[in-house]
Amino acid sequence: MPTVSVKRDLLFQALGRTYTDEEFDELCFEFGLELDEITSEKEIISKEQGNLKAEGASDVVLYKIDVPANRYDLLCLEGLVRGLQVFKERIKAPVYKRVMPNGEIQKLIVTEETAKIRPFAVAAVLRNIKFTKDRYDSFIELQEKLHQNICRKRALVAIGTHDLDTLSGPFTYTVKRPSDIKFKPLNKTKEYTACELMKIYKTDNHLKHYLHIIENKTLYPVIYDSNGVILSMPPVINGEHSRITVNTRNVFIECTGTDFTKAKIVLDVIVTMFSEYCENQFTVEAADVVFPNGKSYTFPELAYRKEIVRADLINKKVGIRETPENLAKLLTRMYLKSEVIGDGNQIEIEIPPTRADIIHACDIVEDAAIAYGYNNIQMTLPKTYTIANQFPLNKLTELLRHDLAAAGFTEALTFALCSKEDIADKLGLDISATKAVHISNPKTAEFQVARTTLLPGLLKTLAANRKMPLPLKLFEISDIVIKDSSRDVGAKNYRHLCAVYYNKNPGFEIIHGLLDRIMQLLNVPPGEDKGGYVIKASEGPAFFPGRCAEIFAKGQSIGKLGVLHPDVITKFELTMPCSSLEINVEPFL
Amino acid sequence: MADGPVAELLLRRLEAADGGLDSAELAAELGVEHQAVVGAVKSLQTLGEVIEAELRSTKRWELTAEGEEIAREGSHEARVFRSIPPEGLAQSELMRLPSGKVGFSKAMSNKWIRVDKSAADGPRVFRVVDSMEDEVQGRLQLVRGGQAEKLGEKERSELRKRKLLTEVTLKTYWVSKGSAFSTSISKQEAELSPEMISSGSWRDRPFKPYNFLARGVLPDSGHLHPLLKVRSQFRQIFLEMGFTEMPTDNFIESSFWNFDALFQPQQHPARDQHDTFFLRDPAEALQLPMDYVQRVKRIHSQGGYGSQGYKYNWKLDEARKNLLRTHTTSASARALYRLAQKKPFTPAKYFSIDRVFRNETLDATHLAEFHQIEGVVADHGLTLGHLMGVLREFFTKLGITQLRFKPAYNPYTEPSMEVFSYHQGLKKWVEVGNSGVFRPEMLLPMGLPENVSVIAWGLSLERWTRPT
Repeated sequence: MPTVSVKRDLLFQALGRTYTDEEFDELCFEFGLELDEITSEKEIISKEQGNLKAEGASDVVLYKIDVPANRYDLLCLEGLVRGLQVFKERIKAPVYKRVMPNGEIQKLIVTEETAKIRPFAVAAVLRNIKFTKDRYDSFIELQEKLHQNICRKRALVAIGTHDLDTLSGPFTYTVKRPSDIKFKPLNKTKEYTACELMKIYKTDNHLKHYLHIIENKTLYPVIYDSNGVILSMPPVINGEHSRITVNTRNVFIECTGTDFTKAKIVLDVIVTMFSEYCENQFTVEAADVVFPNGKSYTFPELAYRKEIVRADLINKKVGIRETPENLAKLLTRMYLKSEVIGDGNQIEIEIPPTRADIIHACDIVEDAAIAYGYNNIQMTLPKTYTIANQFPLNKLTELLRHDLAAAGFTEALTFALCSKEDIADKLGLDISATKAVHISNPKTAEFQVARTTLLPGLLKTLAANRKMPLPLKLFEISDIVIKDSSRDVGAKNYRHLCAVYYNKNPGFEIIHGLLDRIMQLLNVPPGEDKGGYVIKASEGPAFFPGRCAEIFAKGQSIGKLGVLHPDVITKFELTMPCSSLEINVEPFL
Repeated sequence: MADGPVAELLLRRLEAADGGLDSAELAAELGVEHQAVVGAVKSLQTLGEVIEAELRSTKRWELTAEGEEIAREGSHEARVFRSIPPEGLAQSELMRLPSGKVGFSKAMSNKWIRVDKSAADGPRVFRVVDSMEDEVQGRLQLVRGGQAEKLGEKERSELRKRKLLTEVTLKTYWVSKGSAFSTSISKQEAELSPEMISSGSWRDRPFKPYNFLARGVLPDSGHLHPLLKVRSQFRQIFLEMGFTEMPTDNFIESSFWNFDALFQPQQHPARDQHDTFFLRDPAEALQLPMDYVQRVKRIHSQGGYGSQGYKYNWKLDEARKNLLRTHTTSASARALYRLAQKKPFTPAKYFSIDRVFRNETLDATHLAEFHQIEGVVADHGLTLGHLMGVLREFFTKLGITQLRFKPAYNPYTEPSMEVFSYHQGLKKWVEVGNSGVFRPEMLLPMGLPENVSVIAWGLSLERWTRPT
């Protein structure tokens, strides 16, 4: 969930009233936001870098507010205030308009070569805008929030904002060899080629995260004006030449990306939020984007869409009984201008360009429910009549684990993921023999594979409890995973039962006795015939020679028991003899 | 007979004594270790009211081993003084004496000796005075004679600092006759035995009283894992509420069932390498239900069923990628898909509790695997009010009655609500679960009828067994 940090006093000023922290927290809760933290720049620095560094930092109170991940219109002070004011019916939702310029329309020409790298571009102009320090900061911060969220760290969309008065259109969006791109980037005093920049930014804590998007391409995206001035090299950096400042009056905005829908949403969000500060409030000057096929599109789209939803559908989905008029009023409070039409049971809802999250009637239903107040909804029990069933495998597991504890063994809960070493080397096996599934992107060696046996987990648990009085008797009944091409995903879980006995003597007879008890519980008699169970001398790299037996039941091999090999014991950092038992319980279902 | 000769002697002395006697004095008189007398006192105490013993502690000054040596042979400085002949002694030679180092500096500060550094063969030490009085030895001899109180506080503490004296606390008993005093006492039986029962001898024997303040011996038993005990409790609650358990015995899942089927777009951050464990082998799912996959593709890329969709280029390769499931909702999706194939539709209540996996580095607050609890109800005409009603019943069974619901965002539920409960200890509302109504974009491509709603909620098992 993105967190937006706003100055409390600015927020209250914009809301036209003050709140206590508790009151504001309550308002957030009701609206689906979360007042996550009340802090200040000073406090933040002091927490992260110590009191010394914090000295002199601002102690203006900041509210950190958690915003739902799909509400891009609430990612800045402007949007938050507009949303809350409309919710509290203090203002009407503004109408956003795209207007044609007095002079010639700005043009962005997209060349064919961009297709393979970053094919989409959209643009718009904010004309006669008036920034202040706070507005400017918010403008920059919104772009950063959009980059981090909907833009997927600039991979899907990257935003560039420029002082239009320093440039001269039409603009060209194309690609060039990195060595052929040379310009003065933001915050630098001299020109660099793109190759040099990529090296410099390797150590830039902010920009290094975006380099990978174009790094291994032979051509880099770049935007020029008609004089050959570089506006930006998306998605990495803008040019210093067209940098915007507090005094900028006309802003040219371009968004490039690989996802056209998201690029259009991002542009709509930026211009709807900040057209508030334009001379003609809430108007946005259009720009044309000419695509390689010669077709020209005008942006921003600022599309208003109409949906018709029946009032009884909303009532039925939420579980309330409101009149269509009331429902229309509730929706209007959620920034969705609504009115009753037709037979009096239909509500026409206008979805503004700020609410890209509304993609289905269910989103409208939710907004009606939020405005009604979740906690005002009458709770009822559904009449759904069903008979409960346990999953047979889990039912068997539950029965067995209680009896194993009653037999004096203590239940362990160990990780299903482990290292290759745990299931192979340490047990004297080759990893290829385990048929284990392998994880491609573990952060640590502890999570290289899914376990193919429960034994390593129990041995690690023994090692962690070596200080406890002997004997240690542990068991676990849980799933292991084996590659299996007969399954749709190519792997299958098996429910295993594993037990270990760790003492000064190996205690094979104790582990054997446990097996006998388990078979007794499962109603499997000893004996060679098909209904019975038997153990037969066997070998296994994990076991001491001559001290291992294979367990047969229901006419199949179900596992092994025996005294562990001293090599296994030492590899798990243990010092005493240990016997173990591991079986697959699925044949007993 | 009392146990042992010391106890017997103690009782005899006590009979003759006027009032009582001190255990330490008795030990001295009998010529035995004090500990032997203490043992006798304790064993007599277990017999009931034979004797009374009052614990007394006295403090005493004793010489340390070094102190003993000085009391016997004189202080180091005195020994140094004595070893210097009238013609003096080379300093290097003096330092080699056993008392040399300590004794030299003390004797210097007492001004008993001096060093002549101008001597031809190195510094030489001479006596300054003809004789001296070894006060340290005198004082230690006083202490040894039991007359420590004759020393001043300052003198004692100086000797203690030099580690020549220590103060020891001696615990002694003041023993007096008890109400049932007797010099001839019989040994009490510790326990009832089968022989006593068969012979009837228990009737004539006294028995040692039990110490009811002592702890019992813990039973020799196995234990269930605490977290899994809580799992059993949650299972029980679901079963009581008529919910059927879903199969969840597949840790490996395809991205399709884990994300795409849930209408989670392919660029969603949860599908990032940083958050999810993907598989190298088997890297891809071998089979997917292709006609359903087509419907899912359409809803993502073009919309449909009244939805705008996400309008992006949906890729089958992405959906085939295998992973360790990040939630058990993938199992719910499979269960709902199976339900949708059964005609006519029958209402269902499902639950599951099983492991899920996230690509985290382990620390105090992060686990790479944990257990998710999930409940699902599918029926005609379910409302948000129904969801809240079911949650109220569910949490009431956990003993949680104060609930509050907050609007939230989940990719596959709409409306969505986070469940908060008032924590009496923390005095604030804490999140206890997440819930919502599954999106039509998830349900309709499965083939569920349009008027069927599915409400669901989820919570983490681990959260209930650790302080929030």
